Amino acid sequence: MKLSFNDPRFRSLVYQAAAIVSALAFGAYLVSNTLANLEERRIASGFAFLAREAGFAIGETTLIAYSAADSYLRALTVGLANTLRVSLIGIFAATVLGTLIGLARLSHNWLLARLAAAYVEFIRNVPLLVQLFLWYVLITENLPGSRGALEPLPGWYLSNRGIHFPVPEPHPAYAWMLGAFVAGTVAAIGCAWCGRRRQARTGRRPPVLEIALACVLVPPALAYFAGGAPTALSVPQLTGFNFTGGMTLTPEFAALGAGLVIYTAAFIAEIVRAGVLAIPYGQFEAAFALGLRRPLAMRLVVLPQALRVIVPPLTNQYLNLTKNSSLAVAIGYPDIVSIANTAMNQTGQSIEGIAIIMAVYLTISLSISAFMNWYNARIALRGG
Amino acid sequence: MKQSLILASIFAAAMAAVSQWAGAQSTFDAVRAKGYVQCGVNTGLAGFSQPDSKGVWRGIDVDVCRAVAAAVFGDPGKVRYTPLTSQQRFTALQSGEVDVLSRNTTWTITRDTSLGLNFIGVNYYDGQGFIVPRKLGVKSAKQLNGATVCVQPGTTTELNLADYFRANKMTFKPVVIEKLEEVLNAYFARRCDVYTTDVSGLVAIRASRAPNPAEHVILPEVISKEPLGPVVRHGDDRWFDVVKWSLYAMIEAEEQGLTSRNIDEHLRSSNPAIQRFVGAIGDVGKALGLDNRWAYNIVKQVGNYGESFDRNLTPLGFDRGINKLWTQGGLMYAPPIR
Repeated sequence: MKLSFNDPRFRSLVYQAAAIVSALAFGAYLVSNTLANLEERRIASGFAFLAREAGFAIGETTLIAYSAADSYLRALTVGLANTLRVSLIGIFAATVLGTLIGLARLSHNWLLARLAAAYVEFIRNVPLLVQLFLWYVLITENLPGSRGALEPLPGWYLSNRGIHFPVPEPHPAYAWMLGAFVAGTVAAIGCAWCGRRRQARTGRRPPVLEIALACVLVPPALAYFAGGAPTALSVPQLTGFNFTGGMTLTPEFAALGAGLVIYTAAFIAEIVRAGVLAIPYGQFEAAFALGLRRPLAMRLVVLPQALRVIVPPLTNQYLNLTKNSSLAVAIGYPDIVSIANTAMNQTGQSIEGIAIIMAVYLTISLSISAFMNWYNARIALRGG
Repeated sequence: MKQSLILASIFAAAMAAVSQWAGAQSTFDAVRAKGYVQCGVNTGLAGFSQPDSKGVWRGIDVDVCRAVAAAVFGDPGKVRYTPLTSQQRFTALQSGEVDVLSRNTTWTITRDTSLGLNFIGVNYYDGQGFIVPRKLGVKSAKQLNGATVCVQPGTTTELNLADYFRANKMTFKPVVIEKLEEVLNAYFARRCDVYTTDVSGLVAIRASRAPNPAEHVILPEVISKEPLGPVVRHGDDRWFDVVKWSLYAMIEAEEQGLTSRNIDEHLRSSNPAIQRFVGAIGDVGKALGLDNRWAYNIVKQVGNYGESFDRNLTPLGFDRGINKLWTQGGLMYAPPIR
């Protein structure tokens, strides 16, 4: 490579170096300008505020104990836990509902197909924020207050403060049960793997389903009885203004969950339908020729192939659902955006707050897409 | 190629120069240049800043902005209003989106220091209270243990609420909703038992938004000091002076007995204090960078503090309380205009 502008490789190196240097210089200018302006207006900067006392209460804390005397960092962690809770439950429920509706739209039953089509067309085309407000208003305006709560089942109360239901009192036996359940699940997966290998080698399939069920159900039951068979329940009771005891599903979580799941399910339904329609009809015909009925053909032959078409856009929808959960601030669910906004307001440090929100969503989204890419690679067609 | 490199570097240098120059221009000069004041107000709080049925903004906070416009331009109509929620208000002011924030904002040390803001004074002394439905039978805030409380985020209200319940060893469940309309819907739908904000806000909301005002009672406890006033940015001394003295001119006018109706007669007054106020003698206006008739314009076109209060808050059921003039036992005290 000659050191002259006539050599194309040298030219391209010079251009790329110049581009990198000017991009870095621009970035450095932005950062230094911002810091200088913050200093000139005497706005505080830096992440030291995370250790300070938050001073505000949070309505819903998922598994994390929090009070107003805790730090901003703990408050943000609670917000993150709330976001993850609604996102993970939402992703799972939206996938199930979306798949069912997508398959319903492909059904040969005219009414079912039309209903599914109407659902998709209506839900897709109304903005999500409007749907969230609608759910929230439906729940808070139509259910009675806590003093007149409905009691559909003994111990279950329905009011506009939420659904209150009894949960077992904490007891060591439940930890044992959880451990036994996890061990049983691992054993069941191992059993399924063994069964597949046995079938590949000998052509005979051991009763995998029964053994797996036994592995998953029997050890927790044994642990329950070994631990002393506790039956104490924490039942919700109306004391003063609200119900104490038991567990509560708040209207904010219910409205956000319902809105997100129903909205995203409409999109997932279309993705599933597109995936199934992408498989040539010859696959169905071959399955029918083998004697499989339509539902079995769908489940055993077509859907596994359709997954390759479905998974990449499905990742998009999962990321959309996670990011849409930030609309929670409009209906009062304390997710990470809502709590970071409050922290930004109380401390005045907007840039650090926005940076935290961006980092959180980037991490969650990258994790989801990393997992989905791994799954996609696993189900991809190997070879030519 | 060399040409484009040279052009690119000239462009970058020019951009840097322009932004430095733009950042250095003071708000006072910028407002004078653009011909109107950009005022940040509430999305709709009756009595303080709310558009009426014809879309005209009214309220005592709005009147402060109009007074500033009257002082700077001689025309109180030269104001544009930006409705801001409690979460947007400080970033809007810090970033330069609004020139002054007149939005029933509480003056605290954190906001005065680490947010880079300056409070120009207090136009309403207030405190935080609670409103509950009469049906609950609650007579005092100390009976609210375990209640669900609706509150807006990013406010001193949220912090005072947590402090009060902690100090009194009570617990509560917060329902935190950003938009005022939505949080009031939640309260009136009985999603929460209590709504808390400044007592002025409670009175305004009960009078203007409650489906049946008699069904709601404001509890007697006032749990904090909330001095509400307009805010400007740090580092803007000239603009700070203009806004501050616009508010004090309104209060001083009421103390001197000058109203929008009688100030024309007082133009030829022989009282030196009034002569200085209306600009007949002295150079106070020039020292502020304004016309010498700045205070006269404010009183003639917007009114004094008492007129603003009577026009906006008295019809909603407010009484002056501690917002009377100091000569009548209240806290409103303007430094002398001389």
